[in-house]
Amino acid sequence: MAYSDKVIEHAENPRNVGTLDKEDPSVGTGLVGAPACGDVMRLQIKVTDGGVIEDAKFKTFGCGSAIASSSLATEWLKGRTLDEAETIKNTDIVAELNLPPVKIHCSVLAEDAIKSAIDDYRKKQASRRAQG
Amino acid sequence: MALKLPIYMDYHATTPVDPRVLETMIPYFTEKFGNAASRSHRFGWEGEEAVGYAREQVATLINAEKPEEIVFTSGASESNNLALKGVAEFYKDKGSHIITTKVEHKAVLDTCKRLEKQGLTVTYLDVDKTGLVSVDDVRNAITDKTILVSVMLANNEVGAVQPIGEIGKLCKERGVLFHVDAVQGIGKTEFDVRAMGVDLASITAHKIYGPKGVGALYVRRSKPRVRISAQVDGGGHERGMRSGTLNVTGIVGFGKACEVLTQTWRDEVRKIEAQRNRLAERIFKNLDEVYLNGPALDSGKRLPNNLNVSFAYVEGEGLMMAIKDVAVSSGSACTSASLEPSYVLRALGVDEELAHTSIRFGLGRFTTDEEVDFVADLVVGKVKKLRDLSPLYEMAKEGIDIKSIQWAAH
Ligand SMILES: Cc1ncc(COP(=O)(O)O)c(C=O)c1O
Ligand code: FES
Repeated sequence: MAYSDKVIEHAENPRNVGTLDKEDPSVGTGLVGAPACGDVMRLQIKVTDGGVIEDAKFKTFGCGSAIASSSLATEWLKGRTLDEAETIKNTDIVAELNLPPVKIHCSVLAEDAIKSAIDDYRKKQASRRAQG
Repeated sequence: MALKLPIYMDYHATTPVDPRVLETMIPYFTEKFGNAASRSHRFGWEGEEAVGYAREQVATLINAEKPEEIVFTSGASESNNLALKGVAEFYKDKGSHIITTKVEHKAVLDTCKRLEKQGLTVTYLDVDKTGLVSVDDVRNAITDKTILVSVMLANNEVGAVQPIGEIGKLCKERGVLFHVDAVQGIGKTEFDVRAMGVDLASITAHKIYGPKGVGALYVRRSKPRVRISAQVDGGGHERGMRSGTLNVTGIVGFGKACEVLTQTWRDEVRKIEAQRNRLAERIFKNLDEVYLNGPALDSGKRLPNNLNVSFAYVEGEGLMMAIKDVAVSSGSACTSASLEPSYVLRALGVDEELAHTSIRFGLGRFTTDEEVDFVADLVVGKVKKLRDLSPLYEMAKEGIDIKSIQWAAH
């Protein structure tokens, strides 16, 4: 199957590859997928006290579409508030990257990763508030 | 010489037509276009003669006793169908049990599944972790109902070369017919239907530098005389075993491809094997955690042109995209419509995780040393890059046992 130019561009020059300190209370980490299924995505966000995502990083084990989906997701996340970030849908990713039907699950994984990173951040904040 | 991109390293999938083959075929498109079954004029005779000559060329390559033992088909999928269904139907009063392996091509496995629906029993033998079937397992599976054993000469994914001679001998002792899907092994490893006791064999032109859409089924005529029921009815071509106007042009090319191989295959194997080993060496020397799938390179039980490796922590399709100037294939689920990883790797017991990271390289007649070096260096570079992008590689380097994590299967 031929890839869209946008998928190729992201896969060849992935944005925001890297790791944030997952112990940092301002960082939320989402780790989704499974090695046995052939795809694992880790997406991390660093959030300001004002609830704005100031940094996002990812690492992905998966096909080109999965790499591109997560790379795109990190681009979209930066500068958004958490509430805005939550509105990102996998269908937005599909549309932007021109993903064919068999690759839709790669975009679903990216949406899951975003949700899971936000969740993790909120849980951390809640437990901090509870503690102190 | 400057390297031409893209580079083709998927010779298990298909091969380009050799220029010598093409040249032989060309007149049969235009001036010599006759129907080989036309008995009343020169055009027909010319076609018939050309087909007869090709039949000899094919027979010689596999050491068949007589050219009439070659039945031309549309390719090996049809040959496999004809062999299994044809034997099952013809010998239905004699028995109803077939033995095969879990790593056969789908044209054998799916034919077996259909026969099971029709009431036959099929034993699918396991293979060892390198992909080889055990002769003892074949022996133990034979019952008084067994009519046919079908084992491939060499596997298309991991290159495992099966003990065909030994299985052939066993089948002779037990009076069971023996079919071999010889597609991948022809011209790359010894194959001799007489010396190996093979009763039926499937081959196809497009894997041996001939055209697509033409192949043959070898059907032994003596000791024993093998009978099959036709699966395509019609004008009674190919001594009633396969009706349909012969693809004369294709058959001429197929014959020529066989002739070239008969003359050159031993030398060709030496060249390809050296290149395959060079590719493997360069990859293994420069990367850690690369695992070979299939028999050891120097075991004598692996196709000389096959290299199948898993690059741990790097998903196969992602890697193929990164090396998109090189045509290879992968056992990863992401490349398949079903999103299932390769059933062959699964049969070998390859970890599912590692199956997703597998790449198959297939070298061939036109592979050059420059291409091998280019591909090796490109792969090494891209695997390193993708590992930097892999959360699994990072975790492994931190000493986290990936298997200990509770992954949400999806
Ligand atoms: C082992 C094996 N058997 C059968 C086939 C089918 O051959 P054909 O493409 O001629 O139908 C192939 C090729 O895909 C093969 O590799
Ligand atoms: S990660 Fe498997 S298809 Fe995208």
